[in-house]
Formats: sequence, structure tokens, C-alpha cells
Amino acid sequence: MTWMIAAYMVIWIAIFVFVFNMDRRQKALAAELEQLKSKLGS
Amino acid sequence: MKGRDYILPALVFVSMLLALYLVGFYAPIEREQGVVQKIFYFHVPSAWVAFLAFFVVFVFSFRYLVSRDKRWDNRAAAAAEVGVMFCTLVIITGPIWAKPVWGIWWTWDARLTLTLVLWLIYVSYVLLRHYVADAEKRATLSAVLGIIGFIDVPLVYFAIRWWRTQHPQPVIAGGGGSGMDPRMATAFWVSLAAFTVLFVYLYRVRAKQHDLEDEIEQAHQLADELPATGKGD
Repeated sequence: MTWMIAAYMVIWIAIFVFVFNMDRRQKALAAELEQLKSKLGS
Repeated sequence: MKGRDYILPALVFVSMLLALYLVGFYAPIEREQGVVQKIFYFHVPSAWVAFLAFFVVFVFSFRYLVSRDKRWDNRAAAAAEVGVMFCTLVIITGPIWAKPVWGIWWTWDARLTLTLVLWLIYVSYVLLRHYVADAEKRATLSAVLGIIGFIDVPLVYFAIRWWRTQHPQPVIAGGGGSGMDPRMATAFWVSLAAFTVLFVYLYRVRAKQHDLEDEIEQAHQLADELPATGKGD
């Protein structure tokens, strides 16, 4: 049972880390877009 | 986000929950290996998704080289990133299964070695994209690697058919004597579908992000050029 739990933990942690990084990048892009809008607006 | 943007993540959530339920409570425990065999239900779909992702890299790399359209390069990059993640899962979950069943974490048989080579090829692909600064050079080099690297995918797939390996023989499309319990098969196919939907979702988001990064970079260049043009007028 321990081996199976270990394998499933690895899978879910990896997927969550990937999604978390994607979300972080999305936020960084949104911030950059806002910065660009203000740059073009000024 | 629009309403339809939630459809795919919702589908991922529902299909994953269903797959977990079927693997945990519906599929029977294998007689010889015991509960550790259940790693198979996520190990094999991870490998399938990695193959699919690298196929997408291959197709879009080819399209980029033909058209030189940056969108194809972005799609190939997105697929490679997702593929590397799933290939990493294959490389990690395999030894976690092997240790209690074989008594060893790893052996240098054809299937395992070629899978490691596959992982190294696409890790190199991602690193290449990270370290080559010139966008056109980066896209061309990675497209070439994306096409050549794909040669390893059929080798990994057929390794257990062509050579004697420690890795288990195929249970799907493995010819006479292969196959599995119908309840195991149901859990497996649902898990495979759930992983495929997850791949589509992750790939789409990453591809859009790559496109957006390009658009932002172009807009920055344009914004920097605007005052200079104004002065010239």
C-alpha cells in the first residue's frame, strides 16, 4: 500500500506544481499587460 | 474567463475523480502483485500522454520549419513542457512499482533505457529554449530537435516487442495471452481518457501563454519605438 500511495502522491504533487507554476506565469503576464497598458496610455 | 473556459477544467476534475474511484474501488486487486499493481493505471496513461505530447511537438515543429510561423513554435514548446512533466512521472512511478515487484529500482533494459533517453532529449529541448536568446535561432534549433527526438518514441513503444526486456510484456494489443480483467480494463481506459483531457487542458493554457508572451514582447518593442517616431515627425 505504501508504494502505491507514494506513486500517487508523486503524480498529484507534480501536476499541482505544474498548474501552480502555470498560474504564477499567468499572473505575471497579466501584470506585464497592465504595465504595458499604462506605458501606452501615458 | 468566459463560461466555456470552465468546461475543460471541469471535465478534467470529473474524469480524474471518476478514474480515482474506479482505480481505488472498482478495479480488483491483482492476484500476484497485490495493490502495488494499481500504479499501472496512472503509469501507463502518463506514458501515453508523454508520447502524444511529443507527437504534437513533432507535428508543430515540422509546420514551423515549413511556414516559419511563430505560433507553431509556441504550440510545440507548450506540448514539450507538458510532455516532459508526464515523462518525468513515468520515470519516477516505474521504479516505485519495480522496487516491491522486482526487488530493484532500475535495470538497464531496452524499454527503461530508451525511456530515459526520451526524457533526456525533451529536457534538452526545454533547456535549449531557455538558454538560446535569439528567438528565430531558438525556434529553428528546437524544431529540428523536436523532429529528430521523436524517433525515440516508436523505439520506446516497440522495445518490449522487439527485445527481451525485464519490463512487463504489453497487456493491451499484446497479441495472444495478453489482456486484463474487464473491470481493470474499464478503470484503465477511463484513466487514460482523464489523462488525455488533462493534457489537452494543460497544453492549451501553456500555448496561449506562449502566444501572449510573444504579443507582449512585440507590444513592448512597439511602445519603445513610438516616441522615437513621434520625434522624427
